[in-house]
Amino acid sequence: MTRFLIRNVSVLGGAPSDLVLHDGFVAAAADGSEDVIDGSGLVVLPGLVDLHTHLREPGREDAETVETGSRAAALGGYTAVCAMANTSPVADTAGVVEQVWRLGREAGLVDVQPIGAVTVGLAGRQLAELGAMATSAATVRIFSDDGFCVGDPRLMRRALEYVKAFDGIIAQHAEEPRLTEGAQMHEGEVSTRLGLTGWPAVAEEAIIARDVLLAEHVGSRLHVCHVSTAGSVEVLRQAKARGVRVTAEVTPHHLLLTDELAASYDPVYKVNPPLRTASDVAALREALVEGVIDVVATDHAPHAVEDKECEWAYARPGMLGLETAFSIVLSVLGERWELIADRMSRTPARIAGLTGHGTDLAVGSPANLTLVDPSARRVVDPGELASRSRNTPYSGTTLPGRIVATFLRGEPTVLDGKAVK
Amino acid sequence: MIKHLRSAGDLDAATATLILDTAGEMAALAGREVKKLPTLRGRTVVNLFYEDSTRTRISFEAAAKRLSADVINFSAKGSSVSKGESLKDTALTLQAMGADAVVIRHSASGAPHRLSSWVDGSVINAGDGTHEHPTQALLDAYTMRSRLGRLAGLKVAIVGDVLHSRVARSNILLLTTLGAHVTLVGPPTLIPNDVAAALSPATKVSYDLDSVLPDMDVVMMLRVQTERMQDSYFPSAREYSRRYGLDLARMRRLPEHAIVMHPGPMNRGMEITPEVADSSRSTIVEQVANGVSARMAVLYLLLGGKA
Repeated sequence: MTRFLIRNVSVLGGAPSDLVLHDGFVAAAADGSEDVIDGSGLVVLPGLVDLHTHLREPGREDAETVETGSRAAALGGYTAVCAMANTSPVADTAGVVEQVWRLGREAGLVDVQPIGAVTVGLAGRQLAELGAMATSAATVRIFSDDGFCVGDPRLMRRALEYVKAFDGIIAQHAEEPRLTEGAQMHEGEVSTRLGLTGWPAVAEEAIIARDVLLAEHVGSRLHVCHVSTAGSVEVLRQAKARGVRVTAEVTPHHLLLTDELAASYDPVYKVNPPLRTASDVAALREALVEGVIDVVATDHAPHAVEDKECEWAYARPGMLGLETAFSIVLSVLGERWELIADRMSRTPARIAGLTGHGTDLAVGSPANLTLVDPSARRVVDPGELASRSRNTPYSGTTLPGRIVATFLRGEPTVLDGKAVK
Repeated sequence: MIKHLRSAGDLDAATATLILDTAGEMAALAGREVKKLPTLRGRTVVNLFYEDSTRTRISFEAAAKRLSADVINFSAKGSSVSKGESLKDTALTLQAMGADAVVIRHSASGAPHRLSSWVDGSVINAGDGTHEHPTQALLDAYTMRSRLGRLAGLKVAIVGDVLHSRVARSNILLLTTLGAHVTLVGPPTLIPNDVAAALSPATKVSYDLDSVLPDMDVVMMLRVQTERMQDSYFPSAREYSRRYGLDLARMRRLPEHAIVMHPGPMNRGMEITPEVADSSRSTIVEQVANGVSARMAVLYLLLGGKA
């Protein structure tokens, strides 16, 4: 087993101290048997947890695999990721979720927690065998048709109710499909100028409004994926004030980028939900600080080159996120370490039911943690990313912060900013 | 001179005026027995058409040939990625063939922008999706100027499906640049809410054609596709023509000197009645002739000719 002594490291911005890791847990004192890491100037956070990752395996191993996505995650400071169900075949059976779970274990770089589909084939017609996925080796707790909205209100109600039996949660991709037919980007001034079919904010807000009422009615937990509009924030704020059991996530790109970027017609900026306006960005940032939005989730969406090097309308939506998320959040929130730990580690771990993640680094706690250098700067080079895909919107951008090391149950997955395996 | 013409917004007033003036010189050529200039001899112009558009392709072809360019017509139907070669691979092919200019017509908005990142030659937008059609706006402006003597201060109504119209977008941008005042008219479902903010803050919007007409110098009718009816943009073709079609009675509301334009192809009986389309106020046939002159001017100037 491995033993590490991290010297002079700041835990969540506190005064520098030594952190000892023995055999997968935080230990009280060093005994001289440890490998030593100089932690001067570095900050340690509980390992980041991503509620929304597309690993593409099985089906699109040319875009990402569980292993390459896990490596990207570890390099991004993550110790656990929740893998979305829209693979091919869809993760709508115990067999597929167990396969993804097993591949994650074999890669051994982060804990890969599969998300199960809500409906068979993501088709929105019939519930998938949610219970079988819950009791499988993958112990699925989050269910989502992400990429598609569970549009049928009766089916959504049933899903919300059914998963109560095993403390499950439905993560909704909120998009009223009839309002977004053919949609290419945020509906607004820019879409009007560019002649690209608009994706109106109301298509998201209407579904969130409906779903919080449904969740309230049946007393279930609801999680809202990738919230992107100021109006959605208001709906969530009101629902939370009433005590509805709803949580919500925002992506790093929706905290930073706006629809103006579509003017290049470069599909690297095409994503679903689309990039919104500067006032939406401001509302999302405020909601994240306030806690109306609970977590930052990447919606890491790798795509093969040919799916992006084409006309905007033909490109697949989505952008990479795992290897840049921490830097974006640091630039948005600043060095508010408690807040970052809440939004990127503790709260997502709690929502996903991932015990052992998102815990504070007290003696005896599982050693899932990441070491960051907040003063470092780096220029994003798509060619240097560990992801198999290159569709980052930050190519050539200088971002603050650098992940120096990541530990999964005391084992280093990243050292000196490089993946260990 | 600009390198590409992807949007009418690429043109400032001086450049646009230079193109219109040059188009005038090119039009003079059409009256001669030999309608050809040697200017672009040895240069290659590719017409890359992903959509059927015989009239626009022929217009560009005639324009390039009158300037003595070598013309290659590349018809790439079946425009989705799943069918055939990608736009990038086609671009690299044209690049290898040494295309000096690529005229592209495509069903996807922004395809000319993408193309211009993959080829060294000039890219000319001949209509991209629901985005723009800048040479149509140039020929329209040319037509207005030759009929009415000026563009600055002209009042122009653009009537119909502005939401889906590349002709409307380019016209709003170019006419505003050249000092004309644009009013958009149509059902609220087909006029984007934020169109003025998006394209030109001085643009006015009206949902009532009758009240707008007495004040106009130009009324430009847009083609309205009947399939918009299936999407409930309006209840029926009949109701559309009743509220927004241009018939003789409505035409009489226009001032004496006002002209009626249409980019074609027309739906006779839908947005315009045959009596109006064939009247002396209609410039529809003239627009076609002016199209060749305007496109000659664009090719000539973009490919390095001097005015």
